[in-house]
Amino acid sequence: MAAIWIDRERCVGCGLCVRACPQGAASLSGGKACVGEDCIGCGLCLSACPKGALKRREPDRSGPSEGWRGVLTVAEVRQGEIQPAALELLAKARQLALQLGGAPVSALLLAEEGQAQAQTLIDHGADVVYLRQGPGMNQALEDVWTQAAEQAVRRAKPEILLFSATEFGRSLAPRLAARLQTGLTADCTALEIDGQTGLLRQTRPAFGGNLMATIQCPAGRPQMATVRPGTFASEPPQARQGQVETLPETPGQGRVQLLSQQPAEQSAGIETADIIVAAGRGIGAQKNMEEVYRLARLLGGQAAVSRPLADAGWAPYERQVGQTGKTVAPKLYLAFGISGAVQHLAGVGGAETVVAVNSDPEAPIFQSAHYAVVGDCLQVIRRMIRRLEG
Amino acid sequence: MKMIVCVKQTPSTNQVQLDPETHTIIRDGRQSTVNPFDTYALEEAVRLKERLGGQITVMSMGIPAAARLLREAISQGADRGLLLSDRAFAGADTLATSYTLALGARQIGEFDLILCGKMAIDGDTAQIGPELAEHLGIPHISNVQEILECSERELLCRKRTDYGTQILRMKLPGLITVDKGINEPRMASIAGVRTSLQAPLDCLDAAQTGADPARIGLKGSPTQVVRTFAPERRGQCVRLPNDEDQAAQALLALVREKQGGREKGEDA
Repeated sequence: MAAIWIDRERCVGCGLCVRACPQGAASLSGGKACVGEDCIGCGLCLSACPKGALKRREPDRSGPSEGWRGVLTVAEVRQGEIQPAALELLAKARQLALQLGGAPVSALLLAEEGQAQAQTLIDHGADVVYLRQGPGMNQALEDVWTQAAEQAVRRAKPEILLFSATEFGRSLAPRLAARLQTGLTADCTALEIDGQTGLLRQTRPAFGGNLMATIQCPAGRPQMATVRPGTFASEPPQARQGQVETLPETPGQGRVQLLSQQPAEQSAGIETADIIVAAGRGIGAQKNMEEVYRLARLLGGQAAVSRPLADAGWAPYERQVGQTGKTVAPKLYLAFGISGAVQHLAGVGGAETVVAVNSDPEAPIFQSAHYAVVGDCLQVIRRMIRRLEG
Repeated sequence: MKMIVCVKQTPSTNQVQLDPETHTIIRDGRQSTVNPFDTYALEEAVRLKERLGGQITVMSMGIPAAARLLREAISQGADRGLLLSDRAFAGADTLATSYTLALGARQIGEFDLILCGKMAIDGDTAQIGPELAEHLGIPHISNVQEILECSERELLCRKRTDYGTQILRMKLPGLITVDKGINEPRMASIAGVRTSLQAPLDCLDAAQTGADPARIGLKGSPTQVVRTFAPERRGQCVRLPNDEDQAAQALLALVREKQGGREKGEDA
């Protein structure tokens, strides 16, 4: 049963919905529109229809929200160290909790020694920290975290459960969603409480950033979302009182064992860089990557590339920005010779300032950039290097 | 080694373009393909089969036309296909989809390893693999970059993490999602194409999978899209000088501005 239905009385068979449907699910039959099983419920046809003949099928979802209260965040840690993303989530959680009438905010933390970190989470807005500590807890293993998160959910019974949309968070959150039989929205860029229903409105890019979709989870609890690091701002710490609840250690299942780990070869990843020098096909040749790296180094930033360059092997995939690469949130994103396909732009949404240098004045990237230079990107790179090296 | 590879039919998002005036999607002869990440999963399974022997079932939930993609996968080295297709599956979010795939996996019977692409390029959620593992109660490792060792009992692999890599050992049966770049998928051979035309391809509807009607399709999906809208475009962008040297100078001034913001207080 498709998510959209047609009011045949109103439909005039104009076919605008057929043109609007990105899935090819809408068609005309017997002079009326019909929706096939390819429909994903994106709702584009709804706005395309001049007659209001298309309707969203609203499943009966009367709220099971009773007994669920507050916001639980899963703290992003690296080797037991709290990451900025954890504090960003807490700041957002506090805002949401306020809109929910002062509901409690809690955080889950796994660390070998976690008392000091728990206080950090409290100072940044957690009322309760669910702490599991002990040997091996610094290992980022989904099995262990899933189990601990499930324990925390059963205790806190949160209405909302938030994760950072890191590789780890994106792997952990779905395990929990399946275990709790609830919905999960990936990579949210906005979260707010619907004033009327009290539901969490979760907005994320869809179709490679072509569209934004707002998603709700009316029936499942908790309402789960992952949030890209850098999307929300953290708050400065305040001396606060909070509660630390220790989660009991349960025997691990030992199904996945960590044998060793290695930090990334090229130091810091591009996700945390303040300045990114990104190169696209416009740089012309592989040998010019050297200058891209050099400029990045001189600026104290990181080099990144668009997908064609990563696919061509000019740079490792770790440096690819975009929908199938990394999502970045630098203060300054310098795009050299990048045309700006939507898939690339989907990875740049978190950048504070985007500068595009491209010889094609019609390049789509200029629509998303704050500053534009129409010119030879390689020449600009070289002049910048020359000025920096004096 | 009994393996299942999950594939999804995706539009090539390169061809999804928004009309800047109407904010509707321009469609011109888009063709669906196998989600690129899934082709890496299939190739990895085929390589394991070549080393260890065994059988690969390629599975998809989708419209009847997705059978073409399953045949394509068979031509590239899978042995059989399973298509889960029913109007009742439509409108499924990741929870309902992964539940449906779990039923499919149970229908296939015993398996040692399930391989999925890390994510689909249209949905970009990376949820199906981990959720499927959870429904089946098996361990999973995401973002696998390299399989180091594999037997019917366990798998040793390297995965990409946020900060580098991990070497992990997983007891089987288990599930992995593979990163792009783990291999270079092969082209179908002529013999493969010929085999694929004859290969067994099962199709199950909701009733045949034994699905709980309340857990599939739109009805079984806890998430709902309530609104879609075009992202805000940034306002007019500021044109910097076209002269390369002047442009370089302006860009460096921007860099200093950003660096200054970061180091304020430290320099005082």
